[in-house]
Amino acid sequence: MATQAADQCEAAVKSENPEAVVVRFAGDSGDGMQLTGGQFTLSTALAGNDLATFPDFPAEIRAPQGTLFGVSAFQINFGSTAIETAGDAPDVLVAMNPAALKVNLAALKPGGLIIADTGEFTKRNLDKAHYDANPLEDDSLAQYQLLAFDISAHTVEAVKPFGLGNKDALRCKNMWTLGLALWMFDRDRKPLQEWLKQKFAKAPDIADANIAALDAGHAYGETAELSGPLKQVHVDPVATEPGMYRTITGAEAVSLGLVAGAQLAELPMFFGGYPITPASAILHHLARLKEFGVTTFQAEDEIAAICSAIGASWAGQLGVTSSSGPGIALKTEAIGLGIMTELPLVIVNSQRGGPSTGLPTKTEQSDLYQAVYGRNGDAPMPVIAARSPADAFECAIEACRIAVEYMTPVMLLTDGYIANAAEPWKVPDPASFPAFPARFLTEKNATDADGNPQLLPYKRDAKGARPWIKPGTPDLMHRIGGIEKDSQTGNISYDPANHQLMTDLRKQKIEGIAVPPQDIALGEGAGKLAVVGWGSTFGPIHQAVRRARRKGLEVSHIHVRHIWPMPANLGELLKGFDKVLVPEMNTGQFKTVLRDQFLVDAQPLTKTSGQPFKIAELEAAIEEALA
Amino acid sequence: MNDMTPVQTTLKDWETDQEVRWCPGCGDYAILKAVQRTLPQIGADPSKTVFISGIGCSSRFPYYMETYGFHTIHGRAPAFATGAKLANPELDVWLVTGDGDGLSIGGNHLMHVLRRNVNMQIMLFNNEIYGLTKGQFSPTSREGTRSPSTPYGSFDHPAKPAAFALGAGARFVGRGFDVSKHLPDVFKAAHAHQGAAFIEIFQNCIVYNKDVFNDFAAPKGAEDRQLWLADGEPMLFAKGTKGIALDRDALALKVVDVEGDDWQSAGVLVHDVTNRSVAHMLVELPFGPFPMALGVLYDDPAPTFEAGVAAEHDRAVEGKENNLAKLLAKGQTWTVSGTAQDPV
Ligand code: SF4
Repeated sequence: MATQAADQCEAAVKSENPEAVVVRFAGDSGDGMQLTGGQFTLSTALAGNDLATFPDFPAEIRAPQGTLFGVSAFQINFGSTAIETAGDAPDVLVAMNPAALKVNLAALKPGGLIIADTGEFTKRNLDKAHYDANPLEDDSLAQYQLLAFDISAHTVEAVKPFGLGNKDALRCKNMWTLGLALWMFDRDRKPLQEWLKQKFAKAPDIADANIAALDAGHAYGETAELSGPLKQVHVDPVATEPGMYRTITGAEAVSLGLVAGAQLAELPMFFGGYPITPASAILHHLARLKEFGVTTFQAEDEIAAICSAIGASWAGQLGVTSSSGPGIALKTEAIGLGIMTELPLVIVNSQRGGPSTGLPTKTEQSDLYQAVYGRNGDAPMPVIAARSPADAFECAIEACRIAVEYMTPVMLLTDGYIANAAEPWKVPDPASFPAFPARFLTEKNATDADGNPQLLPYKRDAKGARPWIKPGTPDLMHRIGGIEKDSQTGNISYDPANHQLMTDLRKQKIEGIAVPPQDIALGEGAGKLAVVGWGSTFGPIHQAVRRARRKGLEVSHIHVRHIWPMPANLGELLKGFDKVLVPEMNTGQFKTVLRDQFLVDAQPLTKTSGQPFKIAELEAAIEEALA
Repeated sequence: MNDMTPVQTTLKDWETDQEVRWCPGCGDYAILKAVQRTLPQIGADPSKTVFISGIGCSSRFPYYMETYGFHTIHGRAPAFATGAKLANPELDVWLVTGDGDGLSIGGNHLMHVLRRNVNMQIMLFNNEIYGLTKGQFSPTSREGTRSPSTPYGSFDHPAKPAAFALGAGARFVGRGFDVSKHLPDVFKAAHAHQGAAFIEIFQNCIVYNKDVFNDFAAPKGAEDRQLWLADGEPMLFAKGTKGIALDRDALALKVVDVEGDDWQSAGVLVHDVTNRSVAHMLVELPFGPFPMALGVLYDDPAPTFEAGVAAEHDRAVEGKENNLAKLLAKGQTWTVSGTAQDPV
């Protein structure tokens, strides 16, 4: 079938040489959309564009085919200027079936381009998507550009020589579509062909079929049939800092950062984990990095995961555990023990929609209270939040540093968006990070009244940290535990003055952690409005502030990495602004902490739909605040 | 246990300067002494020995041992111990738990540490009550136990620790009681076993469940009520006048009388510590019709968890290098040259 509106495709992407384009691939969860998106991302990165992605997949593992809740989507925003978000509204929507169209249409820009596979718009699939009539054939899509043809049939035709069954042949559809997309955006097919050969090294037939589909999709774009109206779009490479780049997801960045952190601490790493969405990816990555001194342990539950990590820290390794909201809740009692026994530990929390099971595959920032306050007793703990996939690398190193230097559990906050999203990352030189080697006590550290050497397991150093004493060290036997301890000997103490002292010491130690001063992400250090964010809202806030500033508005962007303790200058900084706006994907948790700590009139801007902020939403809020 | 160079110590070397805070007359004292007596005999090194516990009366144990000790949180000691053992397999790990700690709140962890076969000695002090929280019934309390939370008597079916352990996959199951002179022998056998060694120790909580084990632990008539098992020896009790035989029709154990020394013709079984089927019957033997089976019920080592972790590690790292710079640059990369531009 020929195109219905391909001649207007050009209009859909505005110009043949746009600054940025947003494409969303949507299909059934079985259609391989995440893979398609991932490979398109790679080719985009190789073409030198800046980019940000947003994978959006269903919570169900194998949702029934063709249903609305089985739709999986992958959005990518790429361009020749700095890209901070996955983009508000797509310019191009690839819809592999009616359900994908229905679920994603609302997001498409008016005038945007829809590429649809007519082969899947059958009566049965239309019913499953609750369409009374075929939207490709009535006028309901009139405000968009529509490019509808039988991708399924084309794919089957393309892979015919390889003798695949119909089902296997149709599985190559995503590669066909990717081929078309590569043609549209003037991309090199070579890396993908190589990748397919590698991926299916054990089944060369499948590799060849997929490559044939890819090539056929690409050729389809070029053929006389279509090439007249369907214009190629070229997005120039972004001007960026020179260096070597790769794409990285947050989960990868956290894993690599933890490995780097353990090496900078000169420690083997013990990772205790338990499967949970979206944190499992960290366990998966680390399980393959044993040659870096990493032991991974899949425990029987979240509690055992953290307890085993604390046990390993006690025995002299860098204990790490990771989870998401509900799993972190289970770990809470053990975090308290880590704080009480003052052992290093890194806890990664990939936040997701809550409370309870909430929205496992959607993103939210609603564990900030849990991170900062969520324990019994006065149990202060440092909290760091990563702003992007690439930033998660440095944040993980920072978490390791604080844990080891201050003998304390540290929580690193990421979220579902950061964990799954990919962005280009300038590969750092590991030697550029200062080392923070762990020191273990090897001999008694005090002298008793009679002048004999004495061990004081809770005698603190200048930072307020107690010594790390590995079991197995000759003559330093001692006992620790969750009961309040004497401030020097560590023996059980119920003495009221001692508990007061220990509570104060624990608090002072955390408050005294050296964190870098707060910088300004964009704009001046004082003025009418500061937009203060933390975590994965960085991208949309940054873009919104940039756009507002272009319009002449007096607004700055401040993005806080160190949630607890906060940078010492943050309070003064905020007081230099007439207004403070705090956008966050929760009901206003950081806003409350800022108010509490600095008595500033921080105003919340909240969103808990499971979707990241759109730039436009934030821009509107900035304009309103300054109106 | 681990292979280790024996170290010369005396009982005194294993005592701490901490005041022991159990109730006077508590069975825990006797167990503490039995452990402190055992360790010098096996040549244990205090600086490589660790005691890890959960929460409860028994879990105060580490504070009284001059070793490394970790008093953790309720029920989770097996998880801490697993992490510590994986981090440093040279540590000789002793785990101390109770019936509430190990079978109620921590049942899950106990199951998994046994199934994984992490190399350590696990002492479960079974006093059939919650002592530290002042006397509530526990998962091992007998039906009808009156306690503050069961004023009309409990009606749950009690858990059987040794049967639980064996069912979870334990490769060593031993049993003793606090004041028994044989307890150090059970500890020694457990320590000699490579892998998770589970020891159920009946312990008298004289405040909340006084003398609940007297029916078999009391010295008077003990011969008739205790079956001390020894590998390769016939299962005899009551001064050799009775024995345990197999009822082949019922596929169950039965008590038989022994005439003179002729236990063979009475069909008395010879204890084989590696026989898992018989072990299953021994841990299920109802006390009353049968004596209490004590000593080493089962001992048949299997590969340990930490050995598996080490072997997997060796296989996985073979031919790979620990090169962080290479790792960071893994996958498809591209290079941007030219001058940097401020994107703002
Ligand atoms: S309450 Fe019972 S178990 Fe606890 S110390 Fe006292 S006697 Fe021993």
